[in-house]
Amino acid sequence: MIEISNITKSFGEQRVLTDVSTVFEAGKTNLVIGISGSGKTVLMKIMTGLMTPDTGKVHFNGRDFFALSRNDQKNLRREIGMLFQGSALFDSMTVEENVMLPLNMFSNATKKEKLDRVNFCLERVNLAGANKKFPGEISGGMKKRVGIARAIVLNPKYLFCDEPNSGLDPRTSIVIDDLIIEITREFNMTTIINTHDMNSVMEIGEKIVFLYKGVKDWEGDKSQILDVTDENLNSFIFASDFLKDARDALKEKIARNK
Amino acid sequence: MKIEFKLFEHLGKFLIMIRRMFSRPARWEMYWRELFRQMNDIGVGSAFIVLLVSIFIGAVTAVQTAYQLYGTPFVPSSYIGLIVRNTIIFELAPTFTALILAGKVGSNLASELGSMRVTEQIDALEIMGVNTESYLIATRIIAAVITIPVLVAIAAYSGIMGGYIATSLSSNYSTEDYVRGIRMLFDPFDVQLMFIKSFTFSFIVSSISCYMGYYVKGGSVEIGKASTQAVVYSCIFVLLADYVIASLLL
Repeated sequence: MIEISNITKSFGEQRVLTDVSTVFEAGKTNLVIGISGSGKTVLMKIMTGLMTPDTGKVHFNGRDFFALSRNDQKNLRREIGMLFQGSALFDSMTVEENVMLPLNMFSNATKKEKLDRVNFCLERVNLAGANKKFPGEISGGMKKRVGIARAIVLNPKYLFCDEPNSGLDPRTSIVIDDLIIEITREFNMTTIINTHDMNSVMEIGEKIVFLYKGVKDWEGDKSQILDVTDENLNSFIFASDFLKDARDALKEKIARNK
Repeated sequence: MKIEFKLFEHLGKFLIMIRRMFSRPARWEMYWRELFRQMNDIGVGSAFIVLLVSIFIGAVTAVQTAYQLYGTPFVPSSYIGLIVRNTIIFELAPTFTALILAGKVGSNLASELGSMRVTEQIDALEIMGVNTESYLIATRIIAAVITIPVLVAIAAYSGIMGGYIATSLSSNYSTEDYVRGIRMLFDPFDVQLMFIKSFTFSFIVSSISCYMGYYVKGGSVEIGKASTQAVVYSCIFVLLADYVIASLLL
């Protein structure tokens, strides 16, 4: 479980986050949504310790991240896996070397054990056999899956995904979403996902936090989103006529079934 | 006032970066591997250009020294060798090599680290719990401090050999005179000075370039700027350090 309380962050004169508090539970896919510039990425960088908040706390199962020593922060970070928007794979390394890097850095396992673990993770993301390929030789969707494999290779307790579907076609996005939710349940991780993708919101949003201009404007789950009255959230989620029509049709269908 | 503030900000960030380099690596094996990779890139990768430039510099220095001494009855022709040797050991080998490497290695280090920063590869390592200052920067600086003095020694030798080749191609001076000249009035401290300069310059070039790349913010334009700034600032500080070392030690 990750609990954030009263997070505020400014860059110079510009306030990016104001007093954001919420709880992300283990074994659930927690989504942070909002328009571009709403502060989602800054919030994620604060939660992963890449940025320091002006005020506020981040607790990982009761441990206040910013109150820990630099060494303890490093140890805690080994419980964190992160999938970056651009995958952040090392171009000079093969897929296998990329996934093995955290093991090489921190594990005392033998080479064979490490290789077995890498192969398990690659199989888990349906990339068995891609070991010797370089990031430049694989597609965007495959890069994301390699990123997920690298993020889970050390059995993290917390998984952060920054825009996992950006730049992917709808079918590949669904594959990535399914993979994230399966892994979250399988390993009982606390998963936090920054996304713009409305399909992800409706499919895997077990908890949704909506940020608007750096403020937490709404929180709930996907079952509540159809009836939401928050104007900012409505104009964000149902931005197009197509989505509005889809929402109305869905509501009608639910009403008829009742 | 604003410029002074910026200067102190950079100095502070630079010193913090250097301090954070000195932490115990999580796994030595990974750091050794990275160190040897960097030594190969910086040292072996730059050997050819250093060799080529220093041979020609030595040859040109010999020809031009000979031209200036031509017809002067009181200066023996063996002094061509002496002047070429001292010029190369004192100045051309350490300083010229450092300036060449500021262009080749410095821009490469800055752009490599800059693109790692922009594509979030450094963030990925940080989140894994890796001390990136130690893993990415210390390995590069140590690799430079080990290999650049070796390159400088190669440059000094090949520069003097370049002078020998130029003398052997000339009908006005004999190679015997040149060899006698390079053996004349030799003080081992000159070589010590060359190595003091080369260690200092290698630290300056590698640390400034790593700093410029490591703290890049933005995209490809900023990487390009950081790369250019790495070369410019490295050259300025190499020349400044050259003057300070010469003033203090000679």
